[in-house]
Amino acid sequence: MNTLFIIAGAVAFVSAIMTVTRSNAIHALLYMVVSLLSVGMIFYILGAPFAAALEVIIYAGAIMVLFVFVIMMLNINESMSEEKQWIKPTVWTGPAILTFILAAELVYALRQETTGAFRIVMVSPVEVGISLFGEYLIGVELASMLLLAGLVGAYHLAHHIGPAGKREGDES
Amino acid sequence: MNPVIPAEYGLILAGLLFAVGLAGVLARRDLIFILLSLEIMLNASGLAFVVAGARWGAADGQVMFIFILAVASAEVAVGLALLLWFHHLHRGLDADSANEMRG
Amino acid sequence: MYDMLWLIPALPLAGFLALVLFGSRIERSVAAVVGTAFVALSATVTMIIALQFITAPPDGYAYTQTLWTWVRVGGFNPTVGFRLDPLSLVMVFVITFVGFLIFLYSTRFMVEDEALVRFFAYMNLFVGSMLVLVLADNLFLLYLGWEGVGLCSYLLIGFWYKEEENARAAFKAFLVTRIGDAAFAVGLFLIYHSLGTLNIQEAMARASQQWVAGSAMATAAAGLLLGGAVGKSAQLPLQTWLPDAMAGPTPVSALIHAATMVTAGVYLIARTHVFFELAPAVQHAVALIGAFTLLMAGSSALAQQDIKRILAYSTMSQIGYMFLALGVGAWAAAMFHFMIHAFFKALLFLGAGIIIKALHEEHDIFRMGGLRSEMPLIFWVFLAGCASLSAVPFVTGGYYSKDLILLEVWNSPQGGSLLFLAGLVGDFITSVYSFRLFFIVFSGEPKTPVKKTADTAMTVPLVILAVLSLVGGLVEMPGYFGIQPLFSGFMGNTLPGFKALSPAPGTDRALFVLSTLASLGGILVAYLIFFRRPVSLRSLADSAPFRLARRFFLTGWGFDRVYDALIVAPFVELARLNKDDCLDRIYQGVARLTGLMNRLLGFTQSGNLRWYAMALTAGAVIFLGMVILS
Repeated sequence: MNTLFIIAGAVAFVSAIMTVTRSNAIHALLYMVVSLLSVGMIFYILGAPFAAALEVIIYAGAIMVLFVFVIMMLNINESMSEEKQWIKPTVWTGPAILTFILAAELVYALRQETTGAFRIVMVSPVEVGISLFGEYLIGVELASMLLLAGLVGAYHLAHHIGPAGKREGDES
Repeated sequence: MNPVIPAEYGLILAGLLFAVGLAGVLARRDLIFILLSLEIMLNASGLAFVVAGARWGAADGQVMFIFILAVASAEVAVGLALLLWFHHLHRGLDADSANEMRG
Repeated sequence: MYDMLWLIPALPLAGFLALVLFGSRIERSVAAVVGTAFVALSATVTMIIALQFITAPPDGYAYTQTLWTWVRVGGFNPTVGFRLDPLSLVMVFVITFVGFLIFLYSTRFMVEDEALVRFFAYMNLFVGSMLVLVLADNLFLLYLGWEGVGLCSYLLIGFWYKEEENARAAFKAFLVTRIGDAAFAVGLFLIYHSLGTLNIQEAMARASQQWVAGSAMATAAAGLLLGGAVGKSAQLPLQTWLPDAMAGPTPVSALIHAATMVTAGVYLIARTHVFFELAPAVQHAVALIGAFTLLMAGSSALAQQDIKRILAYSTMSQIGYMFLALGVGAWAAAMFHFMIHAFFKALLFLGAGIIIKALHEEHDIFRMGGLRSEMPLIFWVFLAGCASLSAVPFVTGGYYSKDLILLEVWNSPQGGSLLFLAGLVGDFITSVYSFRLFFIVFSGEPKTPVKKTADTAMTVPLVILAVLSLVGGLVEMPGYFGIQPLFSGFMGNTLPGFKALSPAPGTDRALFVLSTLASLGGILVAYLIFFRRPVSLRSLADSAPFRLARRFFLTGWGFDRVYDALIVAPFVELARLNKDDCLDRIYQGVARLTGLMNRLLGFTQSGNLRWYAMALTAGAVIFLGMVILS
């Protein structure tokens, strides 16, 4: 199981890096989907099948699709966006240094605690369901309110914008 | 089959993914990519929770992951709506063009 | 009767208020009468009180009236209290009576001036302040009067302020006397600190018990008081302001700069005589200052051309005589000379005012002449004034007062032959310059046409003052006439009597002969030079050394230039160097530093989204690092 975990982790990491470095939005999205799928794999390895399923269905299935729709709506393609000019390697120096330092600190801090290996126990969806409707009922209700607020807000905001692409002086 | 994995590796992976997403937020100029990188960061924190829950064999980690998922969904919905407004106002998705709140 | 004492200073102050509040609403002539009436009332009250004081004096020859306690701070409780004794009575009499005559004169003199109301208001304020000064029974109230007369002097010298030189002359007067006032204030602090009271009689009593004669404390206190007196009375070294103060209207020169304010220093020294007796070095300094000033001022008066400047230097010189008398312990003689001087100097100034007005504002005596036929009355009163100034024997009051001073200078243990000689030479010079003035103005050919301006209101005061200058001396006849000296007997009730060395017999006669020779000799010299005007002297007058000497004396021995170079110029230079105010730079620097910080920190608010994200990340890195590494 270790090797599977390491492979899935490597895939997730590499595809995340690829996501942030692409200039084409659709390419980046696709790499993101790969990253999410590999993280789902990791969830399954760790004995959390329900989380894995949710990751694939909601994260990769709904959120990323939303992104795709918006990109298609805005009609962003490589020639229109100036991304190519904007991602010169020099741009990456600052962020790379900062995040590298942050990652190093995190790794260092985590290496201090050595809890050792643990036995993987499968936590079935039944247990998760019982936990959700038992202890964390309030959290569920709050999350539903949050989703309602998000829904209403998104609807209201997008209501007054005209169809994208239909503006004056638009060449496409 | 009772596999044995040190817990730190999962958390380290989460940290690395988080750092990558942060680098994306800092370095990219197009708003879409910034939001995308933000999603990577959220995913990384969810991974951290699930790893922690699996460590103890409890359902709490997955429950927290569900909540994070809910938050991410709401945020993406509203964020993309705002992004559409931004595109409408600024004729492009350059984050640097929204700099009127200067000190 | 005595409880009307407070009316004496209060009436002119009420007149000031009345004129300030209502003066602009009434007719000018009415305002003049109102202004004079308050002083006239004050003079009447003075006469009533004086009559009672002389005929039925109160116990101890002093009456104190305390109105209220002015300040109550800790142990410091000066009151507003007035003390009436022979010294203050003489001062009050001169101030109100001569003041009233001058006010009467001004009702006609200033009648054409638009700012007549302002004039009478300031004059009333002055008379009120001067009366407060001389009647005060503690040094704190006296200082109030002192400052008040200084203020009025400034206001009245610069009365015609639209001419810049008048304003500058007023500044000069104020600044120079301020130096003296500062010394006076420090002296007050010293006296209070050492003796614990500012009440004059009380302080003098305590001083004679606690201070050792000649000690540093007594010398310092007396020296500082002397500093104040020197400033106000225009003696060396603070005398430069008086000739320029003639820029004010003539009644101002007559009242303030001849009869009253400049004698405030003399009054102060006489009033606080115990301090001076306890510091013989300072008292001797008083005599020396008096001697030097009278010679310096007398010689300067010989070279002046402006009629008012001659009289100004003459005033300086005569006050030098008073200082000389105070310095040798002849207290009563000094006050006697003060009284007679007030009469004839006011007379001379008022007469000069009429002359100036009649000759269309001409001040230069060399452009006057032949006024004997044109203005006969002025001729006679001026003759009386000049004669009194020159101490013509027997018939003039000036003779009795000046001769008394000279006698007592010779006979005093603190005096001596050198001081006497100075006084004698000064007497001679006085006669020369006063009759130089007289002959040049009144004899010879008229050089400027005359217009008639004098009328009763102006001439009556002149006649009264002339009579007083002549007969005023009769109250103090010298011992060898066999009549008791009234004045010094009267004064002896508050001031110490004169302690004379026992002179050789016949000294008095010899001294009398010497002083007569000096005064008459001076008149003769003046007659020969300025009346006859022999041509032979013309070549002498044009010679270079004579002209040099003349310029030296004309500028009052060059004091103005010396002070300018030593004091004024360095100060102005310092001010110019500090034009940008170096010290202020520190405070400006603080403000500018804040602005700089503002601009620097403003960079962190660029409005750029990614910049903010970067800042967040950097912060997270740093905090995490701090947590991990600690």
